[in-house]
Amino acid sequence: MNNSMIIGQYVPGNSLIHRLDPRTKILVIFFFVIVVFFANSVWSYGILTAFAVGTALATRVPLSFVAKGLKPVWFLIIFTFLLHLFVSRQGDILFTLLGFPFYEESLIQGGTLSLRFFLLILFTSLLTLTTSPIEITDAIEALLHPLKKLRFPVHELALMMSISLRFIPTLMQEAEKISKAQASRGVDFRTGSLKDRMSAIIPLLIPLFVSAFKRAEELAMAMEARGYQGGEGRTKIRALVFYRKDYFVFFFFLMIVAATIGTRM
Amino acid sequence: MELTFNEVTFIYSPGTPFEFKALEDLSMHVPSGSYTAVIGHTGSGKSTLIQHVNALLQPTEGSVQVGDFVMEAGKKNKNLRSLREKTGIVFQYPEHQLFEETVEKDIAFGPKNFGVEQKEIEERVTNALEAVQLTEDVREKSPFDLSGGQMRRVAIAGVLAMKPKVLVLDEPTAGLDPRGQKEMMEMFYTLHEREGLTTVLVTHSMEDALTYADDVVILNDGKKFMEGKPLEVFKRKEELKQVQLDVPEVLEFLEKVEKRTGISINYEKQPIAELAKELAFRLERRDDYE
Ligand SMILES: Nc1ncnc2c1ncn2[C@@H]1O[C@H](COP(=O)(O)OP(=O)(O)OP(=O)(O)O)[C@@H](O)[C@H]1O
Ligand SMILES: [Mg+2]
Repeated sequence: MNNSMIIGQYVPGNSLIHRLDPRTKILVIFFFVIVVFFANSVWSYGILTAFAVGTALATRVPLSFVAKGLKPVWFLIIFTFLLHLFVSRQGDILFTLLGFPFYEESLIQGGTLSLRFFLLILFTSLLTLTTSPIEITDAIEALLHPLKKLRFPVHELALMMSISLRFIPTLMQEAEKISKAQASRGVDFRTGSLKDRMSAIIPLLIPLFVSAFKRAEELAMAMEARGYQGGEGRTKIRALVFYRKDYFVFFFFLMIVAATIGTRM
Repeated sequence: MELTFNEVTFIYSPGTPFEFKALEDLSMHVPSGSYTAVIGHTGSGKSTLIQHVNALLQPTEGSVQVGDFVMEAGKKNKNLRSLREKTGIVFQYPEHQLFEETVEKDIAFGPKNFGVEQKEIEERVTNALEAVQLTEDVREKSPFDLSGGQMRRVAIAGVLAMKPKVLVLDEPTAGLDPRGQKEMMEMFYTLHEREGLTTVLVTHSMEDALTYADDVVILNDGKKFMEGKPLEVFKRKEELKQVQLDVPEVLEFLEKVEKRTGISINYEKQPIAELAKELAFRLERRDDYE
């Protein structure tokens, strides 16, 4: 399995963050994303960074693992920074290195943009690291519930999500299995021209699609056989309840928000 | 070609919370031309083990030698292609790997990848179809229109058409009807004898191990638990029980006969009918004597 795929990479655990109501986590993340865009001073960024890093530590997921999962976005973060540094030229020249002028304003802008990016990715990845996909969908269904009055198919959407999430690891396993089988029959996925590599994908994709369709059909049949008739009147096996720790987290987060807004310039 | 595992340890996803040691310090030797059965409880590491044979997995520690190819921990493998051409692996549920429009094309896929000439490929397809007992009329059909058992045979034909020297079978008969299972195991044995293959069979069936294998290796929790000739290994009933394995029914039956009647019959792979005859004969003689 691809270890750098952190999205959907749930690490079971027993930390406070793990035990929070998934709705709490989603709401906090939602507002955190908004608040990040309000930050504009050293202090406000400092507070948010401390909050995000502190939360990451509190999950007790090994930091090396969190960092590894961010690997694909490191590139983007650094790229954003460099782009700002070299392309936009605003403010005073701070210093000149090897004949290349560094502008103060671009340095700051590049830095803050990369930091924002980093904070967003880090914080949202904490959700998927500490919350099982099922909990996430339950929470989304609960949070979107009011939309039902507008005839928005909340239940169906949640069901689709949870089924997709459930089958991602299965599909990845299947893909690995089939690619190994085809590699044994002489397919080379790694070397050769682009065209060769494209055509090497076909023996992988077709069996994968075939089995995914078969699986979907079997699942639908099994669900109907067990009396599934849609969301109407269906009860929940896991009821979501806010506990004291959730209220505490909301309160704490509110203070962070207030502090961030307060230290804006 | 002979296979040698030298103190192989394999770890899945090392350095993550999902780290899992699937093989530990495992050494074994499979002589050229022999038939070895690998047995173990589910999750004991059998499939992980066999994926080292054609370098789909590389040992985390230790080394694996297949003929002249040596795969060592931490070293890049060269010549993967020629290794893979010589080692055919039939995976668990191999029918999942079918993808071509016709049975013929799917069987030809392996040889084609290894650069076999068109004329020779056609010959190999014909032979492979015959070996797996499929008739010529499926040749032009889509593999997805066949029954599950037929699909399995097509997939196996696709591996046989590579003309491997080492044949690795990962529970090749799982999910087939009893008669299909027997036919298929016989087919592999005939091939093994005729082509002088080195065969490794992963199986849950003690009967198959007893009937076909020269050597048996028993895995438990990624470690080698026992190895030896089938009859010797299956004598150690109590130890096998510890790892949730049974002994073959025939042996179990003969042991019970001995306990009840005192008649001991040596099992030398006689057919059931012959055993029954001998037992009847000895019982009669005993009754006469009394
Ligand atoms: N890709 C993988 N990533 C992580 N762990 C794995 C992976 N593949 C297998 N494992 C684990 O390694 C162990 C051995 O698996 P393996 O497939 O070798 O068992 P097996 O003996 O073939 O079992 P079975 O009889 O069920 O086929 C299992 O506990 C399994 O969960
Ligand atoms: Mg297996």
